[in-house]
Amino acid sequence: MTLVIPGICKISNHVGGNMRSKSVVTLAGVSALALYSSMALGSKYNLPEPQSVIAKDIYDQHIILMWICLVIFIGVFGVMFYSVLKHRKSLGYKAANFHHSTAVEIIWTVIPCLILVVMAWPATKTVIAMKDTSSPDMTIKATGYQWMWGYDYLQGEGEGISFFSKLSTTRAQIENKAPKGENYLLEVDNRVVVPVGKKVRIILTANDVLHAWWVPALGIKQDAIPGFIRDTWFKADKPGIYRGQCAELCGKDHGFMPIVVEVLEAAEYTKWVAAQGTSAVKTSMHVENK
Amino acid sequence: MAAVHGDAHGHGHDDHHPSGIMRWITTTNHKDIGTMYLWFSFAMFLTGGTLALGIRAELFQPGIQILQPELFNQFTTLHGLIMVFGAIMPAFVGFANWQVPLMIGAPDMAFARMNNWSFWLLPVAATLLVSSFFVPGGAAAGGWTFYPPLSTQGGLGVDLMIFAVHILGASSIMGSINIITTILNMRAPGMTLMKMPMFVWTWLITAYLLVLVMPVLAGVVTMLLTDRHFGTSFFNAAGGGDPVMFQHIFWFFGHPEVYIMILPSFGIVSEVIPTFSRKPLFGYASMVYATASIAILSCVVWAHHMFTAGMPTVGQLFFMYATMLIAVPTGVKVFNWTATMWQGSMSFETPMLFAIGFIFLFVIGGFSGVICAIVPIDIQVQDTYYVIAHFHYVLVSGSLFALFAGAYYWIPKWTGRMYNETLGKWHFWLSMFFFNLTFFVQHFLGLAGMPRRIPDYNLQFADFNMVSSIGAFGFGLTQLLFLYVMISCIRSGEKAPQNPWDGATTLEWTHLPTPAPYHSFEKPPVVK
Repeated sequence: MTLVIPGICKISNHVGGNMRSKSVVTLAGVSALALYSSMALGSKYNLPEPQSVIAKDIYDQHIILMWICLVIFIGVFGVMFYSVLKHRKSLGYKAANFHHSTAVEIIWTVIPCLILVVMAWPATKTVIAMKDTSSPDMTIKATGYQWMWGYDYLQGEGEGISFFSKLSTTRAQIENKAPKGENYLLEVDNRVVVPVGKKVRIILTANDVLHAWWVPALGIKQDAIPGFIRDTWFKADKPGIYRGQCAELCGKDHGFMPIVVEVLEAAEYTKWVAAQGTSAVKTSMHVENK
Repeated sequence: MAAVHGDAHGHGHDDHHPSGIMRWITTTNHKDIGTMYLWFSFAMFLTGGTLALGIRAELFQPGIQILQPELFNQFTTLHGLIMVFGAIMPAFVGFANWQVPLMIGAPDMAFARMNNWSFWLLPVAATLLVSSFFVPGGAAAGGWTFYPPLSTQGGLGVDLMIFAVHILGASSIMGSINIITTILNMRAPGMTLMKMPMFVWTWLITAYLLVLVMPVLAGVVTMLLTDRHFGTSFFNAAGGGDPVMFQHIFWFFGHPEVYIMILPSFGIVSEVIPTFSRKPLFGYASMVYATASIAILSCVVWAHHMFTAGMPTVGQLFFMYATMLIAVPTGVKVFNWTATMWQGSMSFETPMLFAIGFIFLFVIGGFSGVICAIVPIDIQVQDTYYVIAHFHYVLVSGSLFALFAGAYYWIPKWTGRMYNETLGKWHFWLSMFFFNLTFFVQHFLGLAGMPRRIPDYNLQFADFNMVSSIGAFGFGLTQLLFLYVMISCIRSGEKAPQNPWDGATTLEWTHLPTPAPYHSFEKPPVVK
């Protein structure tokens, strides 16, 4: 049980405080909820700590749904297990003979419908927000290959940068011949670098089979489909390194094509872009020669 | 099998049939065929289970130890296919074969010869599936959903899988036509539709779903076959096709399929709960309507499997709302079962334990289902271990637990002998414990970000994977106890009375001796 140090959570633990509960309270107004959320932040029992508006919405909605489910669960099984304990033949309990009540049936059809509306309302708002990929500050094309990712910075600061991103965990670690590092299977040679607080549109496609680009902390997952274009977006709240994996079975090395997004302050990002100025051309030349 | 069952069925006065192996090959008797379905599905259950243990053994620790990634993918793929098409579905058809005629007072199934053929297609398909491990390139490795273009890349194993699916589909369609015809035409006088036992109702609705969607599956695998070998481009963008179209067609089959595997379990549980509560089923009519609503809704929710494939906002919202709606009739069922138990006079023999275990765990699977239906949350949990946990809660502690409940419930009628109650209870409690040990922790793995179908993982997932693997081996071994309980019941169980369950009210208990004679209800009973 001591092996577990989630890379994503560890990086962001120190910033858990200020984002802790604002929208939770707004949504639910229940302090217990906020307490639970803050306890669960960074826990290995829950979604990773959210690092974007969408991820935060998802995180909060999941918490609310868990509470609703818990209440229903306790209600239904409270009744059932009371019955199991008391209405036993071994206790000499005689069976009643009722078997029908239209009123009761209507009640327990209508109430779940109302609960569903409560669940669907915030979800609908988030869906609409997730799908709004308009007016991005920058656009990056991610291409899934068997088995690595290719990135092309199409628009915005850094336009023209292009590179491949491959697993950098060594074969020896995978074959248990060397000790495994903290970011085992979640580390790459070239990270996707983006500036903080900017709306980044990711355009996705694939070269061979389906892949899916998933970064849990940023709340985005989108399939990459050969021959077609899909898009999604994120805006990272703060600098950090956020790790994810391919989420659509793509063959032998499906488990070995991680995604690592490095979010930098604006100035740092500009420096990174400048540094790519020379090497970017080299990288793409290198690609052509492959 | 013949040796095991020969004595159990041997003492009817009018049962002329060949003996030995020819009895089973040529039989048109619904009881023989039902028995074969059940043994076949149990054999497939052990086969698929062995594959699952291979998967869990590899995932016991981080790093690659036992299965290379390619073989690992073959294991996950065949585990899914064998469990869905070889274990769960045929097991329910086995129950339908045995129980539908007995419960509606019919002498046999409507199409007795076709019934024989529907069964004997299954071993052929199973042979194709299992032998595909030994062909060049190995078995299909694209997941049980075999999404192209990955499944167009595979070797001969994929073709064997496609033919197996064709054959299984043909078998299912024939089986369902048989069940529909039997139920609609062969009920005893006086048994109106709304007097049928719930198990019969759920199978009638399930059979309609099967007839509706199995041809769609046959179509989509045929398109895949022609894409692979005959130059078509249904799912290939370079030729004007669309890989996502495969997913739409597949899930148009695939989602009703989920309910095909759960509706008959609702039926079994709806027989077991009233019997052991000694009280009639609460809300019979609403149970029928709820089953029908679930079946209809199940046909308009397929794209919730594809929220990350990319579709218009309106599409995502429609499929989200439709999916959430299924929670309503499903909830009604759970409330009705609870109301049936309320103020009953309950006893807790093994079938009742499995039925209550079913409700308890199925509801957990239902809750995680609602959570998966919420598009934004699904974006996070889709294709992770959360989804694995979700559908094993509805398929293992759902369908499989209901099958166990049904097996313990009806085995006295089938064999004339009682099973060992103590061992049956052990089977239940061990299954309950190890099932949750295996799958509950997978919710956490999924939330924390572990994708499904990977042979190796980051160290942060190590402890829960270890727990899950230990649970899986425990669960697997526990099922050998079930095999032992059943065989010892068939061979040497105590003689069972005509109705060992004082609360049972359906025809097989009230009108037939135990064991049920080889030919039953040659004169139909009259239902008041």
